[in-house]
Amino acid sequence: MATTTGHPGRTLIVLAVLVAGLITLMAVSGTWTPKLGLDLRGGTTITLTATNTTGTGTVDPNSLQLAKTIIQSRVDSLGVGESEVTTAGDNQIIVTVPNVQQDELVRLVGQTAVLRFRAVYAAEQVQPPEPTPTATSEPTQSATTAPSDEPTAGASETAQAPSDEPSAPASTEPSGTGNNKPLPALPTAPPVPLDKACVPADGQGTPPDKALEWQPTEACQTAFAEFTCETQVNDVADQGLFACNQEKNEKYLLGPTLIEGNQLATAVAGIPQNNVNWVVNLEFNSEGGAAFEQATREISQKTEPQNRFAIVLDGVSISAPSVNEAIPGGRAEISGNFTQKSATELANVLKYGALPLAFDVSEVSNVSATLGGEQLRAGIIAGIVGLMLVIGYCFWYYRGLGIVVVASLGIAAILTYACVVLLGSSVGFALNLPGIAGIIVAIGITADSFVIFFERIRDEVREGRSLRTAVETGWRRARQTILIADTVSLLSALVLFVLAIGSVKGFAFTLGLTTLIDVVVVFLFTKPLMTLLARTKFFGGGHRLSGLDPEHLGVQALPGSRSRRPVVPRPAVLSEERA
Amino acid sequence: MSKLATIGHRLYTGEISYDFIGHRRRWYILSAILIAIALISLIWRGLDFGIEFSGGADFKAPTQVNAQTVDSMREALGNSGVSDLDEAIVSTIGDNQVRVQTRTLDPTEEVPKVRAAIANEVGINPDQVAYSLIGASWGGQITERALIALAVFLALVALVIGIYFRDAKMSAAALIALVHDVMLTIGIYALVGFTVTPATLIGLLTILGYSLYDTVVVFDKVRENVRDIRSSTTRTYSEAANLAVNQVLVRSINTTVIGVLPVVALLFAGAVILGEGPLKDLALALFVGMVSGAYSSIFIATPLLAQMKEREPDMKKLAARVRARRAKESQKEGAAETPGSAPTAQLAADVAASDAGATDDAEPSNAPPEKASAAAGNGAKPMTVTYKTDVRSHRDGAAKRPQPQNKPRSQRKK
Repeated sequence: MATTTGHPGRTLIVLAVLVAGLITLMAVSGTWTPKLGLDLRGGTTITLTATNTTGTGTVDPNSLQLAKTIIQSRVDSLGVGESEVTTAGDNQIIVTVPNVQQDELVRLVGQTAVLRFRAVYAAEQVQPPEPTPTATSEPTQSATTAPSDEPTAGASETAQAPSDEPSAPASTEPSGTGNNKPLPALPTAPPVPLDKACVPADGQGTPPDKALEWQPTEACQTAFAEFTCETQVNDVADQGLFACNQEKNEKYLLGPTLIEGNQLATAVAGIPQNNVNWVVNLEFNSEGGAAFEQATREISQKTEPQNRFAIVLDGVSISAPSVNEAIPGGRAEISGNFTQKSATELANVLKYGALPLAFDVSEVSNVSATLGGEQLRAGIIAGIVGLMLVIGYCFWYYRGLGIVVVASLGIAAILTYACVVLLGSSVGFALNLPGIAGIIVAIGITADSFVIFFERIRDEVREGRSLRTAVETGWRRARQTILIADTVSLLSALVLFVLAIGSVKGFAFTLGLTTLIDVVVVFLFTKPLMTLLARTKFFGGGHRLSGLDPEHLGVQALPGSRSRRPVVPRPAVLSEERA
Repeated sequence: MSKLATIGHRLYTGEISYDFIGHRRRWYILSAILIAIALISLIWRGLDFGIEFSGGADFKAPTQVNAQTVDSMREALGNSGVSDLDEAIVSTIGDNQVRVQTRTLDPTEEVPKVRAAIANEVGINPDQVAYSLIGASWGGQITERALIALAVFLALVALVIGIYFRDAKMSAAALIALVHDVMLTIGIYALVGFTVTPATLIGLLTILGYSLYDTVVVFDKVRENVRDIRSSTTRTYSEAANLAVNQVLVRSINTTVIGVLPVVALLFAGAVILGEGPLKDLALALFVGMVSGAYSSIFIATPLLAQMKEREPDMKKLAARVRARRAKESQKEGAAETPGSAPTAQLAADVAASDAGATDDAEPSNAPPEKASAAAGNGAKPMTVTYKTDVRSHRDGAAKRPQPQNKPRSQRKK
């Protein structure tokens, strides 16, 4: 900052380099427009609050990160693109999706992850609807590897026909060809809604320890035959369930829950020793381990497909391995044709399902694209009107110095725009409506710095200094005040940013940003510019339009030119008042 | 040439000045009345908190507003199949939007139904109905956070004030001005019935910063003017403070005008173009707070400060010294100006008083000795009277001074 007094030209060059640098950065990143918030372009923001279901109250940051990843993949599965899932605070997840107004999104995102282990009662190949590009995993789990070479191995993926295999039985017709449970071919419509078909008449559920004895009713089996993977089904813990796998090429009739997801302690992807294939290792807690041993013992005695169990997350079977023997000790290994990616994904999904987190939809904010455009327009109009008013006032009051105000505000505007664009492309800062308001309010803060400076120069001239000296001495005093004012403003912006919730954070952010830019502009532009202007005849000589003319300042002549001391005329106003 | 600039100069030198401190009762009363109105409306009407704090749903749909819009929308809501919508508030924004505010709804079950009902009513696709939904417990959390924010911010501002002024009385005066501004702003909200949203709250907190800054500007100048006050007999504390206010008056006006102009633009865009939303909420709070902040720093904070300072024994002594010196000076002056008619010097003051109308030239300096001598004779005179005397004598004295009495800044302490 010391350079500001001596070499105005040099300081201006520093600023020019800074501006050029920012513009180059924009050119390099190829973005010329700021990233707009959803309130300016339309879209949906959903705020989820996580609560710990174990009742300890605190939410583990790692769990929250994992939950974020899973919710991201849920949103991605909608294929909406450009969606963003972030965590906020210590227990919130914020989902933003542009230009999507679907109620489906809210349902999908807000739903609590439910991971359950269920026995497979029937399994059936179906025609996948269409190859979806967003399918998270390739049909890598279709091949079977016998778990013979691993003593700890308990479960392995069953053989499934890959979705594109032509020999897969076409089962679009409802008359089911259940693998080994011939279903009644009666095409009677189920008398109860699909997902209620398997609820026994008395509505009683089946507890986990009786789950293996569960038998579907006939109505239930009929309903299963008609079930397609497009149908939404309620996942009720102690009832049977219809579910499909992720590729939607196999559907299952599942028994009630054997083991709850929270009985799963952890799941890790890895390559066992002396092996080359990826597996997913499961570890249950003691309760879950006992239940798992019991279940695998019984299941392994049964025949295909009833020797399989399904791991169901959010009503979708993410894995349905078959069991060859009882697995004691609470440890199991799922092997299959995994890649590193698919194994890690499965492990993550399992971990997520085991998370002791419940999510609550706290806030949904949904702005149509039309309204967004209107808000953007209003923000821009407010900005332009505000700028014009301030510039107009400065010209009226400071005359020629108004040019300095316009130029400085112009530089500040360029810097602000560049920063907002670059922050958008680098750290994903999205400019929202309160953010625009912050920038507009900052016009006043920035212009106020000039007022402080100009008034100080005038004071110095009044006290008998030449204009060139006044610019320098006035600057030394104004500098302090400007820094104090900006510190106050920056501090409040910081505190507001920390304390604010949701979109109003944008206001605090841009207010802080523009305050910093104000400091840069005043030090690197306004001050050197004034030094240079004081050397010109128009300003330094006190032209009557310069804003620094003697009459304007109330002195008879500019000090340093003719008379040394300003002579103040007798006050006419007062004596009149007294008379 | 703008008049304001030349006025600015004369205010700076003390050539013209408004007696802010002498007239402080007037402004205290004005503020007291305003705050009383604010309090009454706050108690009587309360604040209208937005759904962000209480939880609820807010739907907006574009439509051509006519006389039946609200009623037919109400009916459509009744038929939407969602229960308990009787309490829903249906309103129109401008002439092209209808707004429905309801209790908080289930996001997956009830929201789609209400959206469909509204969309059907105005003849658009349900996806075009914009809405925001705040869960009830979330609203509670937001309220809690807002209160924490307010408390933390107030504490921090008090801390900053304490550190910056390092003077209990200055801090107290600044804090009172701050509370004054916040009260007035909240009062306006209660009185007019504007909805309080998180954006309003942010605006309110921003005001605290602004108000503080305004006060800093004035108090800085006061500090500058009273730096060497104890060793001189030129002015009392009140006079020095009053001069400071006059000196920064133009700057305060400029700062406020320039700060308020963009806010006016925001208010315009928020209220006229959009009708509702964060722009209006923010701008309104800022507007009221900024104007009030400029007012309070000049009319409330500085007089309060002067009043508190004058109670200090030091300052009382100073005021007495200043009065004594003035009395002496005016005696001399009176004697010099009316040499013929005053035979004895000891009666000079009385003579000067009786000569009040005789010489035009002496008129401005007449009043002070008269009252000052009276004050000197009766030490127990109420403060307010001596105040007025001092300030007037200062004002009149300024008229005679050809030069600003304060030293050039370069000669003061660096």
